Amino acid sequence: MPNATLASNLASHLVKSASVTRTEIPGTTLLKWFYDMALIREFEVRCMQAYQDKKIGGFCHVYIGQEAVAVGCVAALEHRDPIVTAYRDHGHALARGMHPKHCMAEMFGRIGGCAKGKGGSMHMFDKANNLYGGHGIVGAQCPLGAGLAFATKYEDEVIKGGKSDRVTMCFLGDGALNQGALHEAKNLAGLLDLPVIFVVENNGYSMGTAIERGTTMAHKIITKAMGYGMEGIEVDGMDVLNVYASMKDLCDRVRATSRPAFVDMRTYRYKGHSMSDPRKYRGREEEEQYEAEDPIGKLQKFIKDRKVATAAEIETIVDRVKVDVRDAVAWADASPAPGLEELYHDVYVEKWGPYTGTSLPEMLRESGVRSQE
Amino acid sequence: MSEEMRRDARIYLLGEEVAQYNGAYKVSRGMLDEFGPRRVIDMPISESGFAGMAIGSAMMGLRPIVEFMSWSFSLVAADPILNNAPKMLYMSGGQFGCPIVFRGNDGAGGQLGSTHSWCVEGLYSNVPGLKIAIPSNPYDAKGLMKTAIRDDDPVFFLESERLLSIKGEVPEEEYTIPFGKAAIRREGTDCTIVSWGRPVHFAMEAAETLAKEGISCEVIDGRTIRPMDWTTIFASVRKTNACVVVDQSWSFASPGSEVAAQVSEHCFDDLDHPVLRVHSDDVPAPYAQNLEQEMLPNPRKIIAAVKKVTYRA
Repeated sequence: MPNATLASNLASHLVKSASVTRTEIPGTTLLKWFYDMALIREFEVRCMQAYQDKKIGGFCHVYIGQEAVAVGCVAALEHRDPIVTAYRDHGHALARGMHPKHCMAEMFGRIGGCAKGKGGSMHMFDKANNLYGGHGIVGAQCPLGAGLAFATKYEDEVIKGGKSDRVTMCFLGDGALNQGALHEAKNLAGLLDLPVIFVVENNGYSMGTAIERGTTMAHKIITKAMGYGMEGIEVDGMDVLNVYASMKDLCDRVRATSRPAFVDMRTYRYKGHSMSDPRKYRGREEEEQYEAEDPIGKLQKFIKDRKVATAAEIETIVDRVKVDVRDAVAWADASPAPGLEELYHDVYVEKWGPYTGTSLPEMLRESGVRSQE
Repeated sequence: MSEEMRRDARIYLLGEEVAQYNGAYKVSRGMLDEFGPRRVIDMPISESGFAGMAIGSAMMGLRPIVEFMSWSFSLVAADPILNNAPKMLYMSGGQFGCPIVFRGNDGAGGQLGSTHSWCVEGLYSNVPGLKIAIPSNPYDAKGLMKTAIRDDDPVFFLESERLLSIKGEVPEEEYTIPFGKAAIRREGTDCTIVSWGRPVHFAMEAAETLAKEGISCEVIDGRTIRPMDWTTIFASVRKTNACVVVDQSWSFASPGSEVAAQVSEHCFDDLDHPVLRVHSDDVPAPYAQNLEQEMLPNPRKIIAAVKKVTYRA
């Protein structure tokens, strides 16, 4: 039965958090998470439309269904903690605080994009928000994640003579479980005591290949952490409260011990791998089962049950999301295509030959972020 | 490297056997003692992992030096060194650069067989976003290394195991050699020989022999492949009206072929003969000593090429 392990484990893997309980999370935080998750979903829906309208080219991988993961994980981090992810990255960019207009303009290949239209859907970067990409090659971000943790620890301890105080979060899909880069990164993180958390967004499929067809011990992938001497936890990623509570505890431990960790984050993508995927490798029944577990619906119910907001107030948030994303699309559409002078810009920091040096995108020019030192 | 590490705490060295073993080729001898294990770091045999890790740290502003025991081993790190380091600045729209130096032994010559004899300049010079330095002598090695470490872009620094034992004057004092500035190793009037790295020595040997036969060669040591010093090369060819390129990589789509193409394009009217290229033979590096010496761009091949372009054959 396709993906039986994933389905049967969904409800049974709630990690109970010791320090944070559901009732302790303030109402304003819950509403912010609701806005962020709804924003990601609406953004992705509009991306799919824009892709059909040929406003977006290349590959486009949407995050619908996985919103609780990015929002819950980012909430568990401090803003100074770096994050790095794979190519299904719009959700992480928005959750981290990138303005949707810059994210959408990047999708559209316009100069107003976070990377001036030179990165595209798979390569979202935001220096002001400590987002180190958006990486297109499966698993390639894992050694980079180890390197970010190496750098924070080196800065804090070797250069400043203090104590390591930042946690790096490195997201990957379950397809990356089988890439050597991940295993080498885990080994190095274990050897060097790097404060990095590898979060496997386990949506059950690497493109069209169900997880058990691609990796050993698919029912218990945290075994792939133990061999590298690191802690592994399993988290129900369809519930943002649970994601936050579990990840907050884990971040606290990693920050305190400077030891790496590994997370089997059980989630599901409602749409195909990319825009060209008809999803013939799985049944509608399976999809419906997960849609019934919808993370946004679940949070909405929790908000109502706890009387944090009324149905009308929730509707107001939903309306605001729609307006914000509509505005982002309009802004992106009005942003010009990059000028041809951009072709030879940002290839090298140094100006030489035909290369014209580098400069920051509009998104960062006002934010006080300095260009390459 | 040590002088630079004393200057800037953001610089660190990592690689296989660089610390406790004092370097597989003793290049980092004494550095662990001076800088300690936090800045001179032994790595397991895991090139893809530690190259990627160093790149991640460079994105955050550290300035790593990554030693590949041999550039041949960099092939298993192809994705991070080609897909991440040279493209990060571009893909991020100028947000994240990659100030990193990859260095190690490059090229054949020690009977190491096919897998350990790569001349990676043939592969890597194709990629925009990186720089390639390839010193031919101890003086240049220091000056170019300092420039590489201070550069804000990724630098591939190609050393040669066969040159590690040669002696030369290296001043104690501070100096740097800019990238993209070739050195004229020998002035001449009949033929320009363009080379870089170890084959510069073969070119000098050939020029010595040819001088005795009355053929005067100008030998240019490119020092860096990206950027290449076209100004010096073109000026020399315009003077000698003949050009031979000597490059230890394979000829097909190589930096040597690029020089031949550029010289043909820019100095067409000045050339008395088409540019000839002397490369390693288009075969895997053999183990047998005689075959390996035959394969390399040796003086005999260079002399034959120079005689041809000067119509003295």
